[in-house]
Amino acid sequence: MTASVSLRRGEFAAGAFTILPLLVAVVPFGLLLGTLAAQKGLSPLETALMSATVFAGASQFVAVEIWTTPTAVVLLTATALMVNLRHVLMGAAMAPHLRGWSRGWTYGGLFFMADEIWAFALKRGADRPLTPAYYFGLSLPLYLGWVLTTTLGAVFGGVLQDPARYGLDFAFTAVFLTLLVGLWKGKRSFYPWAAAALVAVAAHQLLPGVWYIALGGIAGTLVGALQGPAALKEVTDAA
Amino acid sequence: MQLDPLPLDPWVLAAIAGMALATYFTRFIGYWLVRRTVVTGRLAGALEAVPGAVLTAIIAPMALATGPAETAAAALTVLLALRLPLIVAVAGGCLAVVALRALI
Repeated sequence: MTASVSLRRGEFAAGAFTILPLLVAVVPFGLLLGTLAAQKGLSPLETALMSATVFAGASQFVAVEIWTTPTAVVLLTATALMVNLRHVLMGAAMAPHLRGWSRGWTYGGLFFMADEIWAFALKRGADRPLTPAYYFGLSLPLYLGWVLTTTLGAVFGGVLQDPARYGLDFAFTAVFLTLLVGLWKGKRSFYPWAAAALVAVAAHQLLPGVWYIALGGIAGTLVGALQGPAALKEVTDAA
Repeated sequence: MQLDPLPLDPWVLAAIAGMALATYFTRFIGYWLVRRTVVTGRLAGALEAVPGAVLTAIIAPMALATGPAETAAAALTVLLALRLPLIVAVAGGCLAVVALRALI
């Protein structure tokens, strides 16, 4: 019993340690989102509630961008659905790693499936079984940091006007690039990723909003389907 | 009235609730659809490709179609990530993008 408690503590700490660098990168974005929300007339409490219940950075930035008074409830809901469509693919990819989790951990855990959490969880799952303790070690610090910094931004609006000055608008691109380096599996990765990149860039030029993420993701996934599953030889070679 | 720091407008609340429900729906439905499926064949190939495809799609416009500074910084980030810890590569990429934007 005590052994399993300390094991779980170790897993939680490992998750929290992994997410720490990203927490630093999230601070300026949280402050910025809170600032923008305050400029649109959202109160600190409303901003805090949004971060605590939605917990999806990209869709919150889009929502604040299109926010109007009186509030366009249906438009905001539909936009959140569209911006977060990629989560459907991501959740399906998570499924093999959630076998053995209780229903409560699973559906509770999926609430926290932000891009960064998901990417680190899959990285962990590739090496060893993904435990709820590790997953919540990733999630809770980022969640608390996000709610806290967005609320602070709304209270002290205007602290951070221009994250691009410090290259922080590039931070998430850089984080995802380093994760991609870890996911690379040679030729098997090349064709799906090339398709995703081509379609995403084209859609980004041609379509408004964030359709490029879902369309690029679907294009890469379809190429993966055409390739079929990894042959046993390739799997053992990669290991 | 205007000094109240904690106003809660019912329509704002409704919008937040709508966004929260929409987001959670996208987060559980993908798992829910395949939870009992033993994934084989083309579906296995598809799901294996999802992480890389989604991450690539998110960053491709910034890394490839924004400008030479961003593309060069992206290449540098990848090179750093091959050798060094994640945080060093990320910091290097951010510093590079600031420097290159000033130069180019």
